Amino acid sequence: MMGISSVIQSHLLSLLIWLPILGGVLTLMAGNSRPQAARWIALAVAAGTLVLTVPLLAGFNAGGEVMQFIERHAWIPSYSIEYNLGADGISIALIALTTLTTVLVLIGAWTAIDKRVSQYYAALLILEGLMIGVFSAMDALLFYVFFEGMLIPMFIIIGVWGGPRRVYASVKFFLYTFLGSVFMLVGLIYLYLKGGSWQLADMAAQPLDMVEQTWLFFAFLAAFAVKVPMFPVHTWLPDAHVEAPTGGSVILAAIMLKIGGYGFIRFVLPIVPDAGHHYAWLVIALSLIAVVYVGMVALVQEDMKKLIAYSSVAHMGFVTLGTFIAFSLVRDANLQDAARLGLQGAMVQMISHGFISGAMFSCVGVLYDRMHTRMIRDYGGVANVMPWFAMFWVLFAMANSGLPGTSGFVGEFMVVIAAFQSHPMIAFVASLTLIISAGYTLWLTKRVIWGEVGNAHVAALEDINMREWIVLGVFAIGVIALGVYPKPLTDLMEPSIAQLASQLAATKL
Amino acid sequence: MMQNLPTLADLMPLLPEIILISAAFALLMLDLFLTEKQRVVTHVLAVVSLVVVAVMIITGVGGQGTVLSGMFIRDGMADVLKIGVCLVSALALVYAWPFLRERGLYKGEVPVLVMFAVAGMLLLISAGSLVMVYLGLELLALCSYALVAIDRDSPLASEAAMKYFVLGSLASGMLLYGMSLVYGATGSIDLVTISANATSVAQPTMLLAGVAFMVAGIAFKFGAAPFHMWLPDVYHGAPTPITLFIGSAPKLAAFAMAIRVLDLGAGPLGEHWQPMLAGLAALSLILGNLIALAQTNLKRMLAYSTVSHVGFLFLGLAGGGASGNAAAMFYALSYTIMASAAFGTIVVLSRRGFEADRIDDFKGLNARDPWSAGLVLCVMASLAGVPPFLGFWAKLVVLQAALQGDLLWLAIVGIVCAVIGAFYYLRVIKVMYFDEPSGEPMQPRNDRVLRVVFGVNALSLLVFGVFWNPLMAWCQQAFA
Repeated sequence: MMGISSVIQSHLLSLLIWLPILGGVLTLMAGNSRPQAARWIALAVAAGTLVLTVPLLAGFNAGGEVMQFIERHAWIPSYSIEYNLGADGISIALIALTTLTTVLVLIGAWTAIDKRVSQYYAALLILEGLMIGVFSAMDALLFYVFFEGMLIPMFIIIGVWGGPRRVYASVKFFLYTFLGSVFMLVGLIYLYLKGGSWQLADMAAQPLDMVEQTWLFFAFLAAFAVKVPMFPVHTWLPDAHVEAPTGGSVILAAIMLKIGGYGFIRFVLPIVPDAGHHYAWLVIALSLIAVVYVGMVALVQEDMKKLIAYSSVAHMGFVTLGTFIAFSLVRDANLQDAARLGLQGAMVQMISHGFISGAMFSCVGVLYDRMHTRMIRDYGGVANVMPWFAMFWVLFAMANSGLPGTSGFVGEFMVVIAAFQSHPMIAFVASLTLIISAGYTLWLTKRVIWGEVGNAHVAALEDINMREWIVLGVFAIGVIALGVYPKPLTDLMEPSIAQLASQLAATKL
Repeated sequence: MMQNLPTLADLMPLLPEIILISAAFALLMLDLFLTEKQRVVTHVLAVVSLVVVAVMIITGVGGQGTVLSGMFIRDGMADVLKIGVCLVSALALVYAWPFLRERGLYKGEVPVLVMFAVAGMLLLISAGSLVMVYLGLELLALCSYALVAIDRDSPLASEAAMKYFVLGSLASGMLLYGMSLVYGATGSIDLVTISANATSVAQPTMLLAGVAFMVAGIAFKFGAAPFHMWLPDVYHGAPTPITLFIGSAPKLAAFAMAIRVLDLGAGPLGEHWQPMLAGLAALSLILGNLIALAQTNLKRMLAYSTVSHVGFLFLGLAGGGASGNAAAMFYALSYTIMASAAFGTIVVLSRRGFEADRIDDFKGLNARDPWSAGLVLCVMASLAGVPPFLGFWAKLVVLQAALQGDLLWLAIVGIVCAVIGAFYYLRVIKVMYFDEPSGEPMQPRNDRVLRVVFGVNALSLLVFGVFWNPLMAWCQQAFA
């Protein structure tokens, strides 16, 4: 037994990546003709992966090295590409979010997906493995392989099980992301030619002049701004979200958007800090536009999924805002602590938004499974017939509008506090979100949940069953726990945040 | 005089070619004495002899060296490319079996012509003088014309063969004219001597004009824009397994020709021909991808996509240097594997009276045969350059070579075109997975050999995509 546990301990990240991918292949073998077998195999694999997250969380030594669980092997020696994995507190938090969300998505899709079941579950599992790979790759090309590899399963999930305009949405999703990331590839090749290494740590140590940094900055921005997504390249998201099946939307909102934010802190901050500082105003301005303008766009949506999609763009604005406000805090005002607060807030916001958006899309999925419509006007007074569901919905709506005590409050509040120390005006504009997001979320809740029963279809609704209870319940625990006591999460990420803040401060010119 | 005649020991590096050509003649004779039912013997023996030649080269039989006063060079690059040519051609023959049998084309000429074409490619790959380049090329080209026209009752194929012949002859003419100018300027047909004299000729304009004509000839053989006109018609008109053959292995030979003529022969003039290749690359990338967008026939789409892939290959050549050449060679090898899988897709799904070469023929394939659909997905993703498939790494190394050669603009053209290209490959995935089956239900072929071969071919794109180090190391060694 000792042997096995030590092998698991030393290959934890590899196991986390390859167990779901190989499990996905196994699920595929079950075939579409045996849907129940496929479901159980997939759930077992996802549960196994979730269990593997426990030694990851338990084995992380908060006082030790920043990067832990390192596995480093030569992969392509002729191009010095390495199979180099490692995780810090930020990676671990995001990996845990990924494994948890995947299990919930698989449970949530149990009866909703009845067409080509094994392929759906296999695609989700393969996607899970690739996303964990993204969060643990320390070799730039390994990162890129996982980053791009995700496109194919997601393309298929949206295109096969999606809504009426699924083809348009899936192709748009694919091409937008592909176009963004190829520019990053050219940037990475440039860095390799310059430094002779694909390792992120070596790239971070590579001195670069301002011209080089500027080009690289925009190459990275192209890749990650699309992924986050930032205004004005966010337009693929509403389409993808609306047309994707519930599971696809949840994965997209809860995890894949985080990869954009994660990319910023892994690539832009350490590799091009000076260009990042120089163009921080641009990212901050775009973030504020996302928070305010896209928030207002959310107000006028008639489709629930579209509304939540726009609200995702607005909330992700805080992630980019918190990340880039740190530049001006460190470089212009020399406020290390405030910068750390901003970065910390951005990361907390990522995890929190993972829970909230995942929960909101799951809620819409619950309604859609029963009514097969996403239009707000087709609902009304759902609370009368689905009281338990209404309870969850209202909780998540409150979290989405940033109510203190829920996770939505913590990250946004930290970012606003940090911003206030640099530019009170930025903080003021950002805090408008409290009004705008409360506006669209509560108005949505009023029209869907409260009031008289809207029509005969609503009157015939049944409340959530055990399976849905589990899914929404776990999301609710996450939202409340993070809102009431975020300290374990911030402690987990603190060493990496401190390192990032010092990387921001050091010029590479 | 006597001591100048080569001894048998001197000719040893030629052994694989000698054996291949002897085998081809023997099969040609043997085939005369076989009945229809025994025809399988010719076909199997042809594949066996190609594999035997590949194994001989892998094990180093005959050894490397230069023979026939520098006419024939067997070096590391030649060996790697020859192994690729022999194996891919053998693969093409195996793909062809059921297809030819169903259409009454199961004749002894097909494998023999393929073997002679392979012999032409092997000579071209090892060419050390302009004459050998021309001889190898013409042997390959004449066999290819005949192969395209092998289905003589098909008007489409006859038309394709005629176009191929006329345009091919034109290109050979250009090449020959270029060679004569180079010979006139440098006074030699030996590539090494040409290279040595290149910088000290009396009439540099004449030499440059000769090189320009030769670049055009090479571009024609590759199918680079604007010399790509023959490609779509020939690919479309030829029987699919023949398209598979002429679309895969000859690209390796064309690559060798470019290296021999340009790098070995006109190496000192790199500053003149590298921009030409860069221009051809940009044009091929843009034209190939944009026109491919509008195709509804899969064979034509793949033909235009070939044009764009040639553009990527030229990215590596234009980048120059040992690493650029190695990158282009890696691209050529990867593309050969991808192209055989891509045309193999059509072969596997076609049957008598149903060519499966329209993109709409793939509608709803996933519902009928998820295994085949999954394999086609791998092929298309690899062609589009999505990691972790082999096609991505091929693009990565040529992009790196272009950046190393300070061709940032070309690299940007390349990546933008890669995104455009992704769209039409995605469309194939889209019709397979998102659309419901329509029209006549497509029954995937139940030929076990074919399915296994296609499966191995398609999955090799994934396997090589993860473990591509040996392939790349080979290419780097060839130019070390």
